[in-house]
Amino acid sequence: MAVETAPMTPDSALSASRKNEAIRARIKRRYSAERRFRAYGIAAILFGLAFLVALFSTIFARGYTAFQQSTFTLSVVLDQAAFGSSAPTPSELRMADYTKIANRAIQQALGVDPNNKADARAAADLLSQNADTQIRKIVTADPSLVGQTVKVDVLAHGNVDSLLKGQFDRSVAESRRKLSDKQLGWLDRAIESGILTKKFNTGLFTYGASSKPETAGVGVALVGSLYMMTIVLLVAVPLGVAAAVYLEEFAPKNFITDTIEVNINNLAAVPSIVFGLLGLAIFINFMGIPRSASLVGGLVLALMTLPTIIIATRAAVSAVPPSIREAALGVGASKMQSITHHVLPLAVPGILTGTIIGLAKALGETAPLLMIGMVAFVVEYPSTPMDAATALPVQIYMWATAAERGFVERTAGATLILLAFLVVMNVTAVILRRRYERRW
Amino acid sequence: MLNVEPSSLQRATAQAPHLQEPKVVAKDVSVYYGEKRALFDVSVNIPDRGVMAFIGPSGCGKSTFLRCINRMNDTIPICRVTGKITIENEDIYDPSLDVVQLRARVGMVFQKPNPFPKSIYENVAYGPRIHGLSSSKAELDEIVQKSLERAALWKEVKDRLNDPGTGLSGGQQQRLCIARAVAVNPEVILMDEPCSALDPIATAKIEELIDELKQNFCIIIVTHSMQQAARVSQRTAFFHLGVIVEEGNTEEIFQNPTDKRTQDYITGRFG
Repeated sequence: MAVETAPMTPDSALSASRKNEAIRARIKRRYSAERRFRAYGIAAILFGLAFLVALFSTIFARGYTAFQQSTFTLSVVLDQAAFGSSAPTPSELRMADYTKIANRAIQQALGVDPNNKADARAAADLLSQNADTQIRKIVTADPSLVGQTVKVDVLAHGNVDSLLKGQFDRSVAESRRKLSDKQLGWLDRAIESGILTKKFNTGLFTYGASSKPETAGVGVALVGSLYMMTIVLLVAVPLGVAAAVYLEEFAPKNFITDTIEVNINNLAAVPSIVFGLLGLAIFINFMGIPRSASLVGGLVLALMTLPTIIIATRAAVSAVPPSIREAALGVGASKMQSITHHVLPLAVPGILTGTIIGLAKALGETAPLLMIGMVAFVVEYPSTPMDAATALPVQIYMWATAAERGFVERTAGATLILLAFLVVMNVTAVILRRRYERRW
Repeated sequence: MLNVEPSSLQRATAQAPHLQEPKVVAKDVSVYYGEKRALFDVSVNIPDRGVMAFIGPSGCGKSTFLRCINRMNDTIPICRVTGKITIENEDIYDPSLDVVQLRARVGMVFQKPNPFPKSIYENVAYGPRIHGLSSSKAELDEIVQKSLERAALWKEVKDRLNDPGTGLSGGQQQRLCIARAVAVNPEVILMDEPCSALDPIATAKIEELIDELKQNFCIIIVTHSMQQAARVSQRTAFFHLGVIVEEGNTEEIFQNPTDKRTQDYITGRFG
């Protein structure tokens, strides 16, 4: 170019040095802009991390105590007199006054005179109201124990549990406390002698709903969630994969398929409570499936997960390079063969990832389940998906609204359980993706 | 090139190899992509047991025409083909003809090596398996070995048949793709710029292989390299803007082109 080849006059040398200066200034500005941009990015990440840490640490701090439960280890006297005979009939076994047996045991352990009505009552109040059921279970399982004295772990009352977990304020005036000075004295002695200890709380995983925190657990909710996840897998995965493969590989490109495509994407963004309403209208009111059944919950969640699975599958299928399809068609495979033999196997990791993430989303979903009545007080395990059940997040929701101190830690504890499931599922998705990811 | 067997030497020197009974005959073939017309009434006779090269600048329609011969264009929804193409006097666009059967008769090797992400063995065995060409494992093993031998790859891979085909080098992958095409025993093999992604050494191997394969197959190759066309083919067709400008024996096309455009192209004045 003419400008470049022009001879260097003092004039142009000056302008060149000026130009250099301008360039240098610009470079400096560019570098500082880049540094600023990076700083913003790091700040954003730190901000997010800080919230995450705060969230997890508060949940953990509140929830870890839920995994322990205060238990009295009592010597329970199974006096023949209480059962009517030395070889009681099953009905005699069932009808025996276990509350009395349990109360005797705690009174004896704490050294309380059973004839002093007030003291006896106060001592009995330290036991969970579920204590009789616990002893009954042991005796009905092994009737030969009648007439003997056995060591039994009996749940302590929720207030006692709070005391052991340091959640009880002794400085409050006695009249406004849930435990009297006398009771506290007994308990301190019991702790010292080792009959009152904290044990791992298996009940949290096995019990169903209860108004008493010490006998409330996520057992029923876990079973309900398991049923629902199974139904989601069975319904949403085949439907979703079939729909996605058809849309991606077979469907003609026209107005109808375009509309369907747009609406599937819209469906993924529909608030979940709307799916709950849909489930209520169709599955319960129209089809007559019982309320609160995990079948309804599973179907609703399947509908909700369907768009996620379709979108993930379509992405996975379209990510398979066309050269693979051409190669298969080139050796004389039919379209169907090229898809089932080559495209789908290559798309499986993507499909799995989408499915697991969809399932994880469904597992944590609460709103639609409230609409279909899964927010129920269910004590008995559901034996089929047609029985009433609850789900993990709904259980958390219900406990969060309960008043007793013991439910606060249970709410956080159940949240930890739910989070553990979600983390496991997401990690599985990541591992699967890493493991089966193919490069071309 | 000189150590080929006498019969093929004869064919190569013959004026018009087997043109009296061409394998593939195209008559007035036109291709439309939607509104746009890509090929204009292309007619050509392609001999059996020989190599036909399609040359021409990019976008001239040679690949489009090649993909008409195994109806690969069917996979493009907006693509429409008119005219008539016959293989051994059988119209391949006859509605009663099964396109899957056609593709078993007309194999294809693509521009970029595209082995399945499966084992070397599975790559070659896939075609015979879906077409039911073998009744036993031993028979399938034999087909795989023979196909790999024909693709001059057997010696290099015989100890690692279970390794993934994608782990081979580019040239080996392309020969694997040729073995895969050969395994179903096609009559015609279409090659769409098979060496464009390969280095000169791998290219030389493929060319040598094409020379071998032409004894048994009708090979049609699209290439951007005029040297390659000159080296491997007996007949050449020069495509330009969707028409065949000139078609004839390779030697004549390269030494005595009758059309000005052909001359300009092979001397490198455009393209």
